This record gives sequence, structure tokens and C-alpha cells, in this order.
Amino acid sequence: MPEIQMREAIRQAMDEEMARDGSVFLLGEEVGEYNGAYKVSKGLLDKYGAKRVLDTPITELGFTGLAVGAASVGLRPIVEWMTFNFSLLALDQVVNNAAKMRHMSGGQIKVPIVLRGPNGPAEYLSSQHSQALHSYYAHIPGLKVIAPSTPYDAKGLLKTAIRDDNPVVMAESELAYGWTGEVPEEEYLIPIGKADVKREGSDVSLISFGKPMRMVLEAADQLADIGLDAEVLDLRSLRPLDEEAIYATVRKTNRAVVIDEAWPIASVGSHVGWMISKNCFDDLDAPVELVHSEDVPMPYNHTLELAAQPSVEKIVQAAKRVSYKE
Amino acid sequence: MAEKVPMTALSPTMEEGTITGWSAKEGDVISAGDVLCEVETDKASMEYEATQEGTLLKIIVGEGGNARVGQTIAILGEKGEDTSALEKEIAEEGSGGGSDEADAEAEASAEEKPEKQSAPEKPAEQPAAEQKTPEKPAPGTSSVAARSSGDSGIKASPLAVKLAAERNINLALVTGSGPNGRIVKRDIENFRGVPGGKAAVTSAAASGGAVPAGADQEIPVAGKRAVIAKRLSESKFTAPHYYLKTSVEMKSVVAARKMLNESLSDKVSLNAFFIKLVAEALKKHPNVNASWQGDKITQYGSIDIGIAVDLGNGLITPVVRNCGNRGIVDIDADLQELIGKARDGKLKPEEYTGATFTISNLGSFGVEEFTAIINPPGSAILALGATKQTPVVKPDGSIGVGNIMKMTLSCDHRVIDGAAGGKFLHELQQTMEQPVRVIF
Repeated sequence: MPEIQMREAIRQAMDEEMARDGSVFLLGEEVGEYNGAYKVSKGLLDKYGAKRVLDTPITELGFTGLAVGAASVGLRPIVEWMTFNFSLLALDQVVNNAAKMRHMSGGQIKVPIVLRGPNGPAEYLSSQHSQALHSYYAHIPGLKVIAPSTPYDAKGLLKTAIRDDNPVVMAESELAYGWTGEVPEEEYLIPIGKADVKREGSDVSLISFGKPMRMVLEAADQLADIGLDAEVLDLRSLRPLDEEAIYATVRKTNRAVVIDEAWPIASVGSHVGWMISKNCFDDLDAPVELVHSEDVPMPYNHTLELAAQPSVEKIVQAAKRVSYKE
Repeated sequence: MAEKVPMTALSPTMEEGTITGWSAKEGDVISAGDVLCEVETDKASMEYEATQEGTLLKIIVGEGGNARVGQTIAILGEKGEDTSALEKEIAEEGSGGGSDEADAEAEASAEEKPEKQSAPEKPAEQPAAEQKTPEKPAPGTSSVAARSSGDSGIKASPLAVKLAAERNINLALVTGSGPNGRIVKRDIENFRGVPGGKAAVTSAAASGGAVPAGADQEIPVAGKRAVIAKRLSESKFTAPHYYLKTSVEMKSVVAARKMLNESLSDKVSLNAFFIKLVAEALKKHPNVNASWQGDKITQYGSIDIGIAVDLGNGLITPVVRNCGNRGIVDIDADLQELIGKARDGKLKPEEYTGATFTISNLGSFGVEEFTAIINPPGSAILALGATKQTPVVKPDGSIGVGNIMKMTLSCDHRVIDGAAGGKFLHELQQTMEQPVRVIF
């Protein structure tokens, strides 16, 4: 099975779906001539031409609105936001139009749109460009939200998202575009709303998604060294959440650490923590731990920047706390 | 300035106490050292002496009331001072933001209710916790039963509560290893105590025959019973016990006692003889008068012998100190005083803790022989049965009638090896058969 980068997996998904369905098109800043700010759309302009790969002005509200309109009359646009930080400008189109149209038209108008781009902190980008904003979208009924952590998951989920008749937001990560993983050559789809056990274990459940997954798996290795057998659950979809998978792992291990690189208040992680506390109450041997970014704007100083985010060490410590291994 | 009078720990293991009576009344001027009230702790009734001075402005916890250590039981201050702010504060303490203490409080008072038919007078400004008394847990709701079946202050993880209910384990007997003593899964899994509690009772009732023989009675485990259960479980499950049995011909002890008592106005009890003769044997085998301390063994310089006294609703072991260096009459005087105090519930903690050796005598119940559980910190306990006329083979081979008492020594193998225990028991047997040996 070929091992490819995350950016290539995403590109393949878009390429295959554009080839499969003539109504699929890509738009965003620098997606065409420049091959994408992170080279995710490399070669697509050459292959599909300027009518299906649109370089837009720097107007997030404008081009996102254009795509919502196109979707509501039958096309299947993929919007690439250069980063989720800039998507804030387009929030009204996403929340008030894309997410609401189907509901408010009594099902007459559907909005099959994919909104994707890098989310969360990378490095040395300071406060305005280092934000994990997936909770914003996960908050909104009418949207679906996915956050893959491997090339395999990214490709399978994105293809499903493009075929979905509802608006889907896909949170990617700048630092993860270069991550590699095996992706089969034959076609496959991954359903939205299904979590994936990335590592089986019996002592403690580490539940996360997206970029922090790599730290989580490293933490699981370290925990194994001290005799704690961690199970790692990759949520993959943030809306809808795979509740059964979450409860199944917690009921198996009786302990949960949720890792979310967003701020702690009203985050996906805090919500998952609440769901576990409510639905697995009698199965818990310890309070649920949440490993999150510190509740501050991202510092520019690199030491502080790293200290403000989840880390392998923080995850290990939280897992030890819930296991009473301190 | 008015101040709160808190319940204090009147015994080493006390977590809460019941006020059995107030010696002082509202308006009384109190000096430090004055007795405020009588408190029944887990082990004994104790006088609560004031450490503060002032006028007793308000009694918060009335007669019959329960108070956890630290909980306010009264307000002391200047005569005529306004205490309403303080009372409000105390009431809030009681109901405080869903705190465990408030809940425990409420639970505790719920448990107490049935026993307090006489409706002790309570000031109108009872702590709010008293008012939000929850309903008694419905029988058969297993997790609730497990949670409330013992000490009301128990902290346990939800999983531990569930597991305890499934296994019929009373959480009050489990020691928590989590933060703040929280009982967690591993504590239940490692627990090897005696299953019991409500879950067992209700499941038995559920599967019982068609005609119930009578209503089940639920006896709350608190105070003395909880302490006895916990201490003895700890002893039995941590100290590797082994048992040595022997028989003693009692005619010499009986004769010695008869001789002594003929010359005394107050008769010396048989137990005093046992204490003294044990002390003499211990003097020769100081390795038995010792305690396992984890990383070391303490061999005691004083022979302090506890003797188990039945209280009807529990037992207690008053301790006679320095038995090795005291005469039997002196020992008996001490013993009788301690037993009297024990029966009145007036023993002070220093009078029932720290026995270096313990004697349990069930002879008066006709018990022939039994094995006893070691009473820490000691490492051995001697179980004495009844003296019975028994056929014996005499040294010349003929059969005769002996006055035989069977005794069993329980030893903690960590401290006393079998041979050491055997030597001591042999010494004791010989000393009892020939009391004159004490002068050897």
C-alpha cells in the first residue's frame, strides 16, 4: 500500500470526486495558480481548468457566500479556507445560511458544500493565527464537522463529505499536511460519525481527534512503559459524535482522558467529558480529565507557545491521575 | 466577639459524636476547663471541656444531636451579643454548596432519625442540612444501599460503589487509596473482608420463600460497631495469624486464689491471676511482648495487658499498665475500676489503646476453646476457655479427674515465629500449673 502525505490524500480525494462528478468544484485563495497555500490542490487547475478551480479574491465572506449559493442551486463546491482563523470572516454564511437553509426551507433547499482548511496552532504564528476553532462549527446544528488525523482517514472522510448533501466542515492541520500514512489505491469511503480505535488497551481511554492524535499515541507508548495499557480512540467526526464508541471504551477501561487542542470552555473536549460523566457515571473510577490548550491567547514566545498547548507529558500526567498512579 | 464552638476529636478514631447531654445551658458563663457537654464517641462517653471562655450564647446541636468533628455545636461570646450573623453562617456551613459534608450531614441525620423518637429539642435555627434531610434510601436500590450502608462520610468512585453493591461489600469496611481517601476500583478488588450489608439482606429477602418469617431489620453500622469491624478486619487481613493450643490443669491457680482471697476483704478476680501470670511469662519471653511496625519490630519495655470486656452492644479492651512490675492485688484494683468505667462507657482513649498483649476469656459462657483475633498493636492474644472437669491420664498411667482449661494463643507470624510462640505458651502453662515459678 503506498505511503503518502496528508496533503496528497486530501488532493486525491478532491481529484477523484471532481473526476467522478462534474458538479464538484474547488474555490479559495491561491488554490489554482499557486497550487494552494499548502500545496494541497497541486495540479488540479491544470487538470480541471479555471472553471472548476477558482482563485478568489481575499474575501472569505464573499467566496464562501458564493459557494453556499452555488450549492443551494445544485453544484457541489469545496471551499478551501487558507486557515480557520480567516474563516471567522465567513462565519455568517456558514452559520446562518449553509447550516440553516435545509431546515428553514422545509427540506427544499440542500447545501452540499465542503468547507475545509488548516485549523489550530502551528508554530511561531502568534495569537491571531494559532487558533483551534473547530468548536465554533461543532456547536452549530445543521453542520457536520470532521477532523481526521491520518492520510487514510482524511481521504475517506473527505470523499464522503463531498458526496454528502449537507454542509461539512473539515478541520485539517498545517503541521499535519506532511504526515505520511498508508492509503490504498482502490477507492474507499469512511462514514461520517464513526470513531476509530487507533490502539487497543484496557487501563485508560485516551480520546482525541485531529492533530493531537500523534501526541496521544506517543503518550500511550510512554504509559505502556509504566504499565498502563491505554486505549486510544480517534473521534474523527466531531458532529455527529460517535457516542457508542466513546461509551464503549470508557466502559471498558473505567477511566477517560479527553484531549482537545481548543480552549477548555465550551469545547468539543469538554462536551465529550460531560457526555462521559453523564452516561458512564457508574462505570467511572475517576473523574474525567480534559487536556486542553491554556485559556489564553497564544503567546508568541516559543517556549510559552508550546507550554500553552497539550503535550505528551500533560497527557501522560492526566492518564496517571485518572489511574491513581501518581 | 462571638465565636463558634466546634466538635473536637475526643478519641483518636472519632469522626463524629453524639451529644448525650449538655451540662451547661444557654446564658451560663463558661471558663476554660468547664464541662460543656457529654459526648458519646465511637468508643466511649467523654466530657467535652471548654477551651474557650465567655457566655454560652446558643446551643446549635442539642441533646441527642450528632456532630462531625469540626462542626459547630454552640456559640460562645459576650453576654447579650447578637449571634444571628454567625448562626446564618453556621446554617450555610451545613448546607454549603452541595459539599460532601453537608450531604454526609444530612445522611447522618437521616440515619439518626428513627432512634430519636423522643424528639430532642432543637433550636429553630438548625443548620440547613438538617432541613433538607433526604428520604431514606429505598431498599434494594443497590448503589444507594452500598453508599449509605455505613459511615456517612464515605467517598467512593461511582464504579467502586457499583462494584461494592455487586459484591455485597460494605463500603464502610473498605479503606480508600484514592485522593482524600476515595475508595476506587482497586480497593474493592483488593478487599478481602466479610461481605455484608444491605445488598446481601435484600437479595436474600427477594429470593426467599412465599411466607415471610418477619421483616428484616437494618442495623446501621456506625460508632463502635464500625470501629470494631474495621480494626479487626485490618488485623485479621494484614497479620498472618497462627494458633497454638494447650491445656492447663487449673487446680494450683484455683488454690492460690483461694488462699489469697481468704486473707483479703475484697476478692481478687481470676482474670487478675491470668493477667499476672501472663505478665510473668512475658517477662521471660519479651519477644512476644512486641509489635509489628512495618519496617521494624518494637519490643515493649512495659507489659500492658488488655482484657476484652463485653459491653452488650460491642466490646472494648481496657488496658492494665505495667503488669510485669505490679502485684496481683494492685492489678485487680486497676482492672475492676477499668471494667466499671468500660461498662459505663466512660473509658478514656488512653485507657483502652496500646495493649501490648491481650487476653480474651469466654470461659464464663461455657466456651471450651476458641481462637481470637489479634488486637493491634500487640502481636498475640490469648483465648481462654472454661475450666471443666475432664478425665486425664496421670503421670503414673492411671485415669483421674482434672480441672482443665484450654487456651489458644493467636500469634502474628511477622513478629513471633512458631517456636517462640510455643516456648512462651509452654512457659505460661507451667507458670499456671505451678504459680510458685514466678519466684524462680
